[in-house]
Amino acid sequence: MSALPLSVPGRRGRRGLRHTLDTKVSPYAYVAPFFLLFCAFGLFPLAYTAWVSLHEWTLLSDEHTFVGAENFRTLLTDPYFWNATFNTLSIGVLSTVPQLVLAIWLAHLLNRRLRFQTLFRVSLLLPNVTSVVAVVVIFSQLFGRDYGLINWVLSWFGAGAVDWAAGTASSHVALSVMIMWRWTGYNALIFLAAMQAVPRELYEAATLDGASTLTQLRRITIPMIRPTIIFVVIVSTIGAMQIIAEPLLFGASSGAGGGAASGGPDRQYQTLALFVYEQGFTKFDFGYASAASWLMFLAVVVVAGINFLITRRVKGGVL
Amino acid sequence: MRLRYLTLTAVAFFSAFPLYYSVVVASRHNSALAEVPPPLLPGGNFLANVSRVFDTVPFGLALLNSLVVAGSIAVAVMFFSTLAGFAFAKLRFKGRNALLVLTVATMMVPAQLGIIPLYLLMVKLEWTGTTYALIVPALVNAFGVFFMTQYLSRALPTELLEAGRVDGCTTWGLFWHVVAPAARPAAAVLGMLTFMSAWNDYFWPLVVLNPDNPTVQVALSSLASGYVNDYVLGLAGTAVGTLPLVAVFALFGKHIIGGIMQGAVKG
Repeated sequence: MSALPLSVPGRRGRRGLRHTLDTKVSPYAYVAPFFLLFCAFGLFPLAYTAWVSLHEWTLLSDEHTFVGAENFRTLLTDPYFWNATFNTLSIGVLSTVPQLVLAIWLAHLLNRRLRFQTLFRVSLLLPNVTSVVAVVVIFSQLFGRDYGLINWVLSWFGAGAVDWAAGTASSHVALSVMIMWRWTGYNALIFLAAMQAVPRELYEAATLDGASTLTQLRRITIPMIRPTIIFVVIVSTIGAMQIIAEPLLFGASSGAGGGAASGGPDRQYQTLALFVYEQGFTKFDFGYASAASWLMFLAVVVVAGINFLITRRVKGGVL
Repeated sequence: MRLRYLTLTAVAFFSAFPLYYSVVVASRHNSALAEVPPPLLPGGNFLANVSRVFDTVPFGLALLNSLVVAGSIAVAVMFFSTLAGFAFAKLRFKGRNALLVLTVATMMVPAQLGIIPLYLLMVKLEWTGTTYALIVPALVNAFGVFFMTQYLSRALPTELLEAGRVDGCTTWGLFWHVVAPAARPAAAVLGMLTFMSAWNDYFWPLVVLNPDNPTVQVALSSLASGYVNDYVLGLAGTAVGTLPLVAVFALFGKHIIGGIMQGAVKG
């Protein structure tokens, strides 16, 4: 990144001030739109959430009573909140861990001179171009209890009709499949990009030494792309902790009662973000919902931190 | 080697099959879904189902809204990101590196956290129910700025800018005459990525819009959440609302994938 000289000799003089403005001030003007927008629609809401969370704040009343940590105290004894926390972690683990392992493996398979390379890559990313609404609508049909294709295939192996949306474990599996379907290919391409930067000679030397491709993956590829793995793990964790659209739509399109925001009639797949949505936009209890947002944020930071520490320790040979 | 092709073909199949199957269901009558074995080939009912979609929800308006929203966001993101990317990549100013790091760091902020105050803000601005609430907050984002910074610092020769300076260009003149043309390939990819994600955005539009003035995704979700499970209706809507995008992607996929993979390499 080489930068331009501040001025070109000979161009100074009577237009000095305008020139100074142009070279010294205009760069700030060019980057300003992002920061202004982020302050208005990113930072301000963030800070304001903290303020709202300390109040009894509903849509119906203009009066907002300061209640201190009351909302937080209520939350910590709210079984629905803990249920949502459990569901978030369960769906998060079920969808993220197999997804990332599969993504690394797929990237490894693609990281060769292959015919149809572009075709494979395009088809891998196809699910990611599909909107989350479409994904859930399509998979709700596939996971249908009576006429779903997945139960039909399972029946070949003698399984009875699974009511995917009804159980805790089965609904978590169904949602995880949807999330995995949408994101595995995307992450595989990110890993592939990192793998392509690994020097070829390392693999050539390993091949000469008789190392199998699996050994090469464990001993060369994974250690070399560790920064990318850490990055993807953190980003996926932050994403997984905020899952909302899938359970919300799954509740709506699998015809389960109890209102879509409850995450199933028994709240068996209500995630934290969905809990916030339920409190905020179906009960209009903004104070309580904001407090839940903050606890969710805390959970994101803690889980992302733990995953960072774990991933940093992963060395070749462990996976 | 053969196993490699076999595995990748299987994965490609599983990636494409749900989309194909949605077309199968969308082109049939609801009664066909109860058949054993389930239908695996498209039927002839597609247009009838699509016209049912337009009768059930304001789908024409939804398409128009999504087009306007995703289109204006894409153009704005391309413009502002190229501008900021130019400054970060090629101009010298105090605090440049710190600001760039800050920009990247904002990508880590979980967006859900601020959704309630953001909604309250929209109520105050009287933007709820309008597409302003979708467009204005999305006019520029950290990813775009970072993406263009990466591209311009690599692909735009500094000598070209110096030559422009000698010719008496102001910074804006440089941007307009030198940077913008050079940025075009990356900006096009960024525009396509942005258009797609804006088109597919669901949660925020759901919160801030009304069902009678929806985007495509909001309309699709209200199609899918009726009391009776009309899968055919839901999937016919899905086919009209999302498959054009998938088709465009299949056409330009190579460039878009190149863009994603370049954005990924952060060292």
